[in-house]
Amino acid sequence: MAQYGILVDYEWCTGCHSCEFACQMEHGFPVGQTGILVNEIGPWKIDEDVWQLAYMPVPTDQCDLCAARQALGKVPTCVQHCQAKCLEFGPLEELNAKLVTKSKQAVFALGK
Amino acid sequence: MEKSEGITIPHEKPWRYQEGEYTVTRGSAWSGPGCHLGCGVLLYTDKDGTLVKVEGDPENPMTEGRLCVRCLDMPEVVNHKDRLTYPMKRARADRGKNRWERISWEEAYDIVEREFNAIKEKYGAESVVFIHGTGRDIAPWQSRLCWSFGSPNYGNVLSGNACYLPRVAGMAATTGSFWIADVAQHFTDRYDHPDWVMPETMFVWGNNPLVANSDGFFGHWVIDLMKRGMKTVVIDPRVTFLAAKANLHLPIRPGTDAALALGMLNVIINEEIYDKEFVDCWCYGFEQLAERVQEYPPDLVAEITWIPEEKIVRAARMLAESKPCTLQWGLAIDMTREAIPAGQAIAALFQITGNIDCPGGLVPPAEIMAYSGGWGRDLLPEEQEPKRLGLDRYRLLQMGFKQSSPDVLIETMETGDPYEIHGAHFQTTNGLACMAADPQRVYKAFNKCDFIVSVDLFMTPTIMALADVVLPAATFPERNGIRVGDGPQRGEVINKVTQIGECKSDMQINLELGKRLNPEAWPWETPEEMFTELLKPTGYTYEELREEAPVYLPVEYYKYKTGRMRSDGQPGFQTATGRIELWSTFYNAAELDPLPYFEEPEPGPGSTPELFEQYPLVLTTGARQWNYFHSEHRQIERLRKMHPDPVVQVHPDKLAELGMEDGEWVWIENQNGRAKIKIESTPILTDPRIVACDHAWWRPEADPEKFFDVFEYNINNLMVYSPGKSGFGSNYKTSICRLYKLEDGE
Repeated sequence: MAQYGILVDYEWCTGCHSCEFACQMEHGFPVGQTGILVNEIGPWKIDEDVWQLAYMPVPTDQCDLCAARQALGKVPTCVQHCQAKCLEFGPLEELNAKLVTKSKQAVFALGK
Repeated sequence: MEKSEGITIPHEKPWRYQEGEYTVTRGSAWSGPGCHLGCGVLLYTDKDGTLVKVEGDPENPMTEGRLCVRCLDMPEVVNHKDRLTYPMKRARADRGKNRWERISWEEAYDIVEREFNAIKEKYGAESVVFIHGTGRDIAPWQSRLCWSFGSPNYGNVLSGNACYLPRVAGMAATTGSFWIADVAQHFTDRYDHPDWVMPETMFVWGNNPLVANSDGFFGHWVIDLMKRGMKTVVIDPRVTFLAAKANLHLPIRPGTDAALALGMLNVIINEEIYDKEFVDCWCYGFEQLAERVQEYPPDLVAEITWIPEEKIVRAARMLAESKPCTLQWGLAIDMTREAIPAGQAIAALFQITGNIDCPGGLVPPAEIMAYSGGWGRDLLPEEQEPKRLGLDRYRLLQMGFKQSSPDVLIETMETGDPYEIHGAHFQTTNGLACMAADPQRVYKAFNKCDFIVSVDLFMTPTIMALADVVLPAATFPERNGIRVGDGPQRGEVINKVTQIGECKSDMQINLELGKRLNPEAWPWETPEEMFTELLKPTGYTYEELREEAPVYLPVEYYKYKTGRMRSDGQPGFQTATGRIELWSTFYNAAELDPLPYFEEPEPGPGSTPELFEQYPLVLTTGARQWNYFHSEHRQIERLRKMHPDPVVQVHPDKLAELGMEDGEWVWIENQNGRAKIKIESTPILTDPRIVACDHAWWRPEADPEKFFDVFEYNINNLMVYSPGKSGFGSNYKTSICRLYKLEDGE
């Protein structure tokens, strides 16, 4: 059962790709592989001055929640380097409790 | 200041420590490669001294451990197989050919010394020009080399000095200082600082700060503050992320920012919602400004800018009613020909509403050295200063930056009038790919030089086309340094952690070359001694600063009330009238219009309607990409993959009309030239008549002797040297164009 996860506040993800690069360099992945991938949702115009434009970082099967960093007491590198500070790492119980406090959030349950 | 006044942050570990098998070194990421910011970084090296990882430094108050893709990918840049790793020379007859010969540093310096001194003897020191690219860690070192050699011609090849300098020079001329958005970036405790107030509204004008991070402003601070409830007004021809999230988005026609500002001034002045007390006490020429803005009623401004009138009025009222209100402005202001009056009009909006030197408004940045002024001006012999190119034509060149006029420089190189240019020193510049308007013209102008030396990180089209000697420069993890860049200055250091080939830092190269050209001007044994010299106003030595960095300078508000804005200690501003000059005595004396005005961008739909029929699209260029810094990073595989080709963004409605498709390669052309480019279909263009292009493209994988296709892909083929009346500003971000399909085989 998953115990930990990453909470994404996708209201604020700006699509900067820092999470991807931090992950790839931390793990030494070849170009084209990554433990987290930013997806663009939009842009399209819904109404006058109302746009759908959002980004959603999604962990991949290569995400190990930065086990080596966690052993040193650090958060996963995607979380640290996120320029919009829209990623949070923690026990699922805590993250789930935060979900109800604000809309446009998602939790990815990760790990074994 | 006294050393004891420096404000430090607690560090958990020393500036260099061991973490498992890695050595970790704290420092600032001041460039090149990369941008102007100088983010806090932790550099990881292995036992062989190889840079293996770069992380953000969570202790750094400015970025709090955050980092962008370019710094995260630094190990692949630093250790790249295509780095220049030793000095090289090429016979003058082989210029443009890929025929380089490896030489020693001694021989390289011998050649530069011999050639520069020969030119100096025969034609005068002014016949050698010293050219750099964007103002990263270069101004002190290259300006000193230039002036100590005796040449007044230090500068760049960007028409109209159209990057921040128009705004900086304009602000210096009208207020005696320059002004940045106050987002608590000068405090170690940032948004928690008790004296700071969050702006109620921020105007994001003419830049996309999330990607650009320009002028010392970390773009994601805007996100930090939006999360805390700050409102935004975004002025941009595209629906960027910030525009989509803005409380108000003004979709502007490129190049009409001055008209928008004047229309908003019209509303604020006529509705009498400006700060009357501030205007009465601290501004000069309000009545004349009030009269001028009557020429710009909102309905007329709506026609000019393509922004609905209702939005212009609403923006003006939001600005006047927000306490405080601040401005994060950018390059689009500079990259229109009449940049000076545009900047003047925009600044006036924040001046007459009293958002000056108050918490959360606009503040002058803390400063260790006036980096804009260069270093060692006193070294230039007095009789050389009047020879500075452009000085007789453009009096505003006396303000702020002591550079020559790029437009007059190129003209002079072609005509030999008032004197011939025979030598050039390029450092941190890939001018043919990036700054040069009309790159073919610049190529021909410099190709007349007897001798050119270039200092850079990688082989570039500019070096391949023009250089006779090339010197390999160090990236920031390969050198020591101090950061005294734009934005508020802090005591920050750059720490060397690795060595690549025979590369040397720009500072070391100029110190060693300086010792040969004018030893008295370069009395230091090491670059670190130079850094300590520059740090003298802080009381720190370089070595002391390294232990404690970053060290913040004390900051206070309302300095104009206490006499700390003026050199004579009197209240007010450092101008002739002692006030903020809405009607500028300096411009008036320089025979420029003392008041802000709008001129239709030319060429454009408003100024050249017939030409616009032939080239019926409004062209803007140069929007930043996450993965590139100007012409850099094209050879880095991981970064290139994010955005592999030069792109023109076109609205799908326009594409349907043109019979073109997303992903199709086309020519983009106007009366000046054309470039090859790939179409990206996107609805974010707010008017289908506008298209937006990448800038600074070349292809490192292409034929070196075709200069890596720079003349084929460079959007500046469509630009010309054409500065504003003041000598500042140029139309890089506003022109016209058409698109047409490639012929078979193109």
